[in-house]
Amino acid sequence: MNADTPPVIQAEGLCKRYGAAAAVDRASFAIGRGEVFGLLGPNGAGKTTTILMLLGLTEASAGTVRVLGHDPQREPLAVKRHVGYMPDAVGFYDHLTARENLAYTARLLGMPRGERDAAIGQALARVRLEHAADQRVATYSRGMRQRLGLAEIVMKRAQVAILDEPTSGLDPQSTEEFLALVRSLSEDGVTVLLSSHLLDHMQRICDRVALFRAGRIALMGSVPELAQRVLGGGHAVRVQARGDGLAERLAAVPGVARVEPTADGGWRLLAERDVRADAARAVVQAGGELLGLAPDAPSLDAVYNRFFQQADKEELRHAA
Amino acid sequence: MPRESSHGSSHASSRSGSPWQGMGVVAVKELSDHLSSARMRVLEWLVVLTAAASLYGALRQAGAGDGSDPFVFLRLFTNAQAPLPSFAALLGFLIPLVAIGLGFDAINGEYGRRTLSRILSQPLYRDALLCGKFLAGLATLAICLLALWLLVVGLGLLLLGVPPGGEEVARSLVFLLLALAYAGVWLAIAMLCSILFRSAATSALVTLGLWLFFALLWPMLAPALAQAIAPPDPVMAAFGQPSLETLQWEQWLGRLSPAQLFNEAVIAVLSPSTRALGPVFLSQLEGALVGSPLPFGQSLALIWPQATGLLAGVILLFALGYVAFQRQEVRA
Repeated sequence: MNADTPPVIQAEGLCKRYGAAAAVDRASFAIGRGEVFGLLGPNGAGKTTTILMLLGLTEASAGTVRVLGHDPQREPLAVKRHVGYMPDAVGFYDHLTARENLAYTARLLGMPRGERDAAIGQALARVRLEHAADQRVATYSRGMRQRLGLAEIVMKRAQVAILDEPTSGLDPQSTEEFLALVRSLSEDGVTVLLSSHLLDHMQRICDRVALFRAGRIALMGSVPELAQRVLGGGHAVRVQARGDGLAERLAAVPGVARVEPTADGGWRLLAERDVRADAARAVVQAGGELLGLAPDAPSLDAVYNRFFQQADKEELRHAA
Repeated sequence: MPRESSHGSSHASSRSGSPWQGMGVVAVKELSDHLSSARMRVLEWLVVLTAAASLYGALRQAGAGDGSDPFVFLRLFTNAQAPLPSFAALLGFLIPLVAIGLGFDAINGEYGRRTLSRILSQPLYRDALLCGKFLAGLATLAICLLALWLLVVGLGLLLLGVPPGGEEVARSLVFLLLALAYAGVWLAIAMLCSILFRSAATSALVTLGLWLFFALLWPMLAPALAQAIAPPDPVMAAFGQPSLETLQWEQWLGRLSPAQLFNEAVIAVLSPSTRALGPVFLSQLEGALVGSPLPFGQSLALIWPQATGLLAGVILLFALGYVAFQRQEVRA
């Protein structure tokens, strides 16, 4: 995030209460231009509610929001003109074609008649739907609908794209295509806000993530930062080897704090420094066959699971 | 009402931008959806065919007249030949069905298709979406009713061979407006239900239930209720006469139903000899030429309360739906 330019989206102490229950509790974050920001968390943790408050579709109970300098509650039209939103499982009018659906949106946006066709054509080409542009949306697969949702944002020339669960329910190939499209949007300077619980997708695409837990942002930062904080510092190394008593030998390597067996029959070493060379030597000296040795990048998956385990444990302790 | 943003920023409740922005776009899109939908085609055929049957009966009766009737054209609307009801009565029965067909899934259909939050994330207010949909429904109904009216007048011209007089045209046009207001009431009820119920099936069932209740059950229930509230005077009952209070209660209760309001107004405007829509005392008939037609202006004065009642119903029901929609969460 560039510190010189004002944030595109800024939320300060954002709250949404339904009666006594708080769906979102004092959420604060700032997102800079061109950044890809992920909202993570289990279902019902407040991600969608936060998104709706950013769009002015739900009123915040407390706190302030600025999107492109506008208050979504008082100037929703100004916000919605520059922000593209793709809801969870986006829907289109099935009896209209993709082109007609986009034309309806273009008219709602007040786009001049002369620009409409060109803008729609370009947007459909960008998401590679031009071959199906004149098919009724009823015939579209889920992946095509998601891409059409993105085409709407492209056509709108939105400065901010807000995507709610964009990759859930997509097959792997559609997911790849979709993530590539999101990345190209961000390269064009569009600020992207994603929500998801598909962690590997998020890890691949997000510059920063915020972890929601029961309406609060529990953690926020880039994935390596979060890994540092939740998994503890140090290096992790994956060792693939065959031989007897290797686990003890590896544990004895200076600097290694813990050895965990992995599902594929290898080990994962947690150490305070880079122990790859020493670990290799230890395996070879023990007469084992070293098959592989690689630094283990911290996965968001691990961060997420560890964090929620810790948080749940703490809750239990408080309850007891 | 559009408010200036400079004022808007001074207090939190106000918002900037016109609530009508996008309304025309929504209305045009919904209108084209309605006119091309299979549902609408089925309803249209239902209305046209039943109307044709009742018109056939009415035409045969009117043709059999001796030509002395000054309002022979209006007879097309009001004459009934058993077993079919008159054209006007039939419309009173079928208009709600068409209006319900157009409105019962106006809002919950958008939830179901998951298009609502996407549309509302475009620069328009919910006001524009709701008003646009209502106007489109009303315009569709107006087009259908006008087409039907023209068909009746055209058939009358062809088969009766008499051009309608100026007053007949005026009276039948008032009938057209009344029918539109009545359709508006049911469209507003259907849209209210489409907002209140998330499932389109529930909303359809509730509105159709209301329609049957007001069309069939209420006319039977109202007299029974009136008798319970104001028991008939035994002296009057001995003479075989209903007591005035019971009659009045019966009438007031009956008029809670939009169908009753519509029927009363239609009778008064299409049968010029109608002089009153309630109980009349003999003393009030003194000096009156019973059976002679009332002037057009007087007939209008007679139906004024019914017409305002229907319009008020449209506005009230629409306002209820509007408030409910504004308070609703958009998330599916």
